[in-house]
Amino acid sequence: MPIDRKKFLGFESPPHTATVDEWRCQFFAKAIGETDPVYSSLAAAKAAGHPAIPLMPTMLFCLEQGRPDGYKLIEDMGIRIAQLLHGEQHFEYLRPVYAGDVLTFRAKIVDIYDKKGGALEFFVRETTVTNQNDDVVAKNRGVTVVRQMG
Amino acid sequence: MAVKSAPKAANVMIGDAIPTFTAPPISRTTLALYGGASGDHNPMHIDSDFARKAGESDVFAHGMLNMGYLSRALLGYVPQSHIRKWGVRFQSIVRVGETVTCTGKVVELLEVDGEKRARLELVAKAGDGRIALAGDAVVALA
Repeated sequence: MPIDRKKFLGFESPPHTATVDEWRCQFFAKAIGETDPVYSSLAAAKAAGHPAIPLMPTMLFCLEQGRPDGYKLIEDMGIRIAQLLHGEQHFEYLRPVYAGDVLTFRAKIVDIYDKKGGALEFFVRETTVTNQNDDVVAKNRGVTVVRQMG
Repeated sequence: MAVKSAPKAANVMIGDAIPTFTAPPISRTTLALYGGASGDHNPMHIDSDFARKAGESDVFAHGMLNMGYLSRALLGYVPQSHIRKWGVRFQSIVRVGETVTCTGKVVELLEVDGEKRARLELVAKAGDGRIALAGDAVVALA
């Protein structure tokens, strides 16, 4: 079923707030095999001049997607998980983010289009990320591919 | 290995390569760990039965796991504080047992608000040489 463009183009998800947990930063570094101790040890992070363990570059996506109802929007759009592919992901960093920060994600669907006669649909989501001081720390832009199986 | 300082602008030339980073073959453990750490519990990446039912031959790597590997290549060229923006297109699926090799090169030198920057072209290739991710990054130089 094609995405209802009238309903979802311009759709803004309710803001999602997430605390950057130190254990999560450490777990993530382990998962991608990052060996720089700055990403796993508070002492090493401080020795390198950081106030806490830094959030690794792609973790902004994890925290954005990690909301408890992470796939609710997809379900609301009438899409099944097995149809999904990640098409593109972009990050722009404006301020550093560290363990202990509290981030708020405000996402909006800014484009919906299709290719191959509707066999593939794409939606583009732009997310502004602010911290506990209301400073914008980053902007995420993601393109999701939906395999429409007819 | 992540670097402590960015290259000096005066020493950077178009065509310079960033250090290559190759991730070990993707295992099911890697996918389970990444699913847990990232919070992406999409069964397509951790449950072979689900993947087969959906028409895939098996589970496959999260695109963002491969982007995580590419970030390690980027961090081997500049410290994280010097990454201004970057992005990738996910071009092909990486399957269990495949390696991911991440490379990059300088394609443009620019100056923004008095800051000297380089634009890098980035590529992550699966074991057989096909492109898994293609993208670019803008980084600040010293």
